[in-house]
Amino acid sequence: MNGRARRGSAESRHLLSDFLRHELGLTGTHVGCEHGVCGACTVLINGEAVRSCLVFAVQCEGAEVTTVEGLAAEDGELHPLQEAFQAAHALQCGFCTPGFLMSLLPFLEERRDSGALTDDEIRDALGGNLCRCTGYQNIVEAVRLAHTKMSGGAGNSAGNSVGTSTGNSAGTCAAEGA
Amino acid sequence: MKPCSFEYVKAESLEHALAVLVEHGDEAKILAGGQSLVPAMNFRLAQPAVLVDLNGVGALSGIERVDGMVQVGAMTRQRSAERSSVLSAHVPLVTETMPFIAHAQIRNRGTFGGSIAHADPSAELPAISVALSATLQVTSSRGSRSIAASDFYVDLLTTALEADEILVRVDLPIAVPGSGFAFAEVSRRHGDYALVGVAASVQCDASGVCQQARVSLLSVGPGPVLSTSCAAALIGERPTTRTIADAAAATASDDIDPEGDIHASARFRRHLARVLVERTLTRAFARAAVSAGAAEQA
Ligand SMILES: Cc1cc2nc3c(=O)[nH]c(=O)nc-3n(C[C@H](O)[C@H](O)[C@H](O)COP(=O)(O)OP(=O)(O)OC[C@H]3O[C@@H](n4cnc5c(N)ncnc54)[C@H](O)[C@@H]3O)c2cc1C
Ligand code: FES
Ligand code: FES
Repeated sequence: MNGRARRGSAESRHLLSDFLRHELGLTGTHVGCEHGVCGACTVLINGEAVRSCLVFAVQCEGAEVTTVEGLAAEDGELHPLQEAFQAAHALQCGFCTPGFLMSLLPFLEERRDSGALTDDEIRDALGGNLCRCTGYQNIVEAVRLAHTKMSGGAGNSAGNSVGTSTGNSAGTCAAEGA
Repeated sequence: MKPCSFEYVKAESLEHALAVLVEHGDEAKILAGGQSLVPAMNFRLAQPAVLVDLNGVGALSGIERVDGMVQVGAMTRQRSAERSSVLSAHVPLVTETMPFIAHAQIRNRGTFGGSIAHADPSAELPAISVALSATLQVTSSRGSRSIAASDFYVDLLTTALEADEILVRVDLPIAVPGSGFAFAEVSRRHGDYALVGVAASVQCDASGVCQQARVSLLSVGPGPVLSTSCAAALIGERPTTRTIADAAAATASDDIDPEGDIHASARFRRHLARVLVERTLTRAFARAAVSAGAAEQA
């Protein structure tokens, strides 16, 4: 569990989402619909994004599970993906955010060294997560920003390409967020 | 909501799973990817007393080319099928269709065999299996049998599988020279179940005469519907814009009996069926011509 061995006991009928929240106290994973549609409960099981509301906790014995709590560093420094969401103002109430982050992490890691992402690619990657607040526009911006940060490192090169590839709106958001 | 209580059995082997099914009969259910079964359990639409989890039975997943077939293990994740180079080289219809199934997060977990065994009338893989004349390999403690995909889908969410049987493998014939395929669907949002979908698999001889036209539709009946009009209108003919349009119109008026619901009226579904059959056939025949030409040059 987020790099540490964790033990707990689960009845067979306990969903992984409930086990995480109630047994392990990891309440970052949110539960919206419990039938696979909203994506709020998305976590990584052995590196792959899946719905924790559609997996039983008992099925995860011995598996590597990563939740949103596993993103930031020990000292609290945010993951570049989280920084991008903050900078681009990609959340309002935040209920959907953990699911978006966990869906996007493997997507962006696979594309670390690829060229600029197209809008279609980004929107396809977001298709499995619902957000009732943002209208998605700033989430698309955040993905682009995160891709730049994760590909080029957080240094100068990322700063430069953010200015050119995401245009003014992200720039303004970043200033507001800071 | 939350599922009812049940006994969980993690199958150690296919034999173990089969034995549990014999012991519990109708009370037991197979748990594959869980992407249809668990939502049904969360809503308490399904309340199995025993779940037999196949996720630990490694022998049931994998994609392999054997003779004229590509064999897909029932527990192969949909995402692995989508990314398989064996399937894209030899059964391109599967590769073209996989991205239409739900979202990546669902395909990471959902299995190839689970979708076929579940037999949702709006699911893509059952329709594909019929268009491709797939053979389904099924096993029970009584023995094994093969079922042609076109005999497998009996009614709404009902297949030819007996309660003690497990679908172990799906055998897909590899594409031969002169064959062409296409898939298309319309859904309200990408990743949603389709309002109507069409899978077309055609084959032409060296002179361009159609030898086979298998067009299978989803979301227009209790299971996948194979168009008899397309076969009747096209086999033995040289496909033209006109014959394709006629075959599509006949399919929409004679072969299907779609129902209306809050997402689409029956009339709109018929319209979509006609348009999608026409488009998929046009694309499939164009690809068949390219494939025949490539074979000639070689
Ligand atoms: C939000 C969402 C959207 C979806 N959208 C689509 C879509 O657009 N198109 C689509 O096709 N599907 C869609 N699905 C369903 C998904 O593809 C499922 O993965 C699939 O229908 C069932 O496969 P599974 O492996 O998850 O099976 P499970 O859910 O584990 O099982 C389904 C049923 O089949 C039986 N079964 C499973 N495997 C076997 C076997 N080997 N032998 C005998 N019986 C077996 C089970 O007992 C159960 O009754 C969606 C699901 C969700 C949650
Ligand atoms: S709570 Fe799992 S997808 Fe909505
Ligand atoms: S920020 Fe409120 S649901 Fe997405």
